Amino acid sequence: MRIGFLHSLIRKEEKLLIGEFEARGVELVMIDDRKLTFDLFSGPDVDLVFERCINHSRAMHGLRLVESTGVRCINTSDVSRVCGDKILTSLALKEANVPQPPVRIAFTEASALEAIEQLGYPVVLKPVVGSWGRLLSKINDRETAESILEHKAILGSYHHSIFYIQQYVEKKGRDIRSFVIGEECVAAIYRTSPHWITNTARGAVATGCPVSDEISSISLAAARAVGGGVLAVDLFETDSGLLVNEVNYTMEFRNSIETTGVNIPGLVVDYVLEKA
Amino acid sequence: MSECPVCAVQITFSNDTVVGELLECPDCGTELEVTALDPPALAEAPETEEDWGE
Repeated sequence: MRIGFLHSLIRKEEKLLIGEFEARGVELVMIDDRKLTFDLFSGPDVDLVFERCINHSRAMHGLRLVESTGVRCINTSDVSRVCGDKILTSLALKEANVPQPPVRIAFTEASALEAIEQLGYPVVLKPVVGSWGRLLSKINDRETAESILEHKAILGSYHHSIFYIQQYVEKKGRDIRSFVIGEECVAAIYRTSPHWITNTARGAVATGCPVSDEISSISLAAARAVGGGVLAVDLFETDSGLLVNEVNYTMEFRNSIETTGVNIPGLVVDYVLEKA
Repeated sequence: MSECPVCAVQITFSNDTVVGELLECPDCGTELEVTALDPPALAEAPETEEDWGE
């Protein structure tokens, strides 16, 4: 069996995944997205492509180009397209009746300000495409809203004038990251931080979180909503239950193996091989 | 063994090092990318781009 490993930089996650493939005697064909050219017709000579790119845009387009040659991919280009765009993720969750924080989307400074005031302060302004908690703004009042919207409109690329506004959820210092592989929620962690941004990339501390029926149920529902596969689901705990914040399609798990006692890369590789 | 392109310290690769792998220079702390194994070569890792992430 030949598995194409679509990548750019090899981080700890990719190293662990490569090790798991090698331990199973699988022939890996390393495909560096920085060296690729496509002619719309030729595809890699592999049974399946497993995506681990660090750039969302390259992953999404690379997967679509590979799929068009008849080679299956995990995750699919559709999953990457939906998960890589917060508006598309919110739509997918809404259409599947998966609970999420209230959001507004607006295209101009004036309409974004109106949307923010509709939601009520505080709100969180997020780039539609982005990760690791970067460029998030917690907006507590109108003066701050006006200032941040103006800065984004003037200093940012056009992407930053697509305003994704989420009602701020008081999460009491932590959120939950769950890991879904196929039809199973295999593990979860709490991400705890004194900062309102609780990404581990921003210094939040990971600790084990038991996978309750509620966590499993909403995580699987969120994963199905975006197309399924290998996914990490970020959850907020609220008085009215769990809400899905984001769904990540090239999930990072370096802080979650020892924390949970679950061999996440091993389970991912088993899933990929089962689908190949 | 390869040389850190920033501080010139000699860095030894482990047996399972692969091309594209990120390493941190033990001397100056610069994040480096393995660009070749034979002969071993290192370059400064690329800067974070806007669409990097999960």
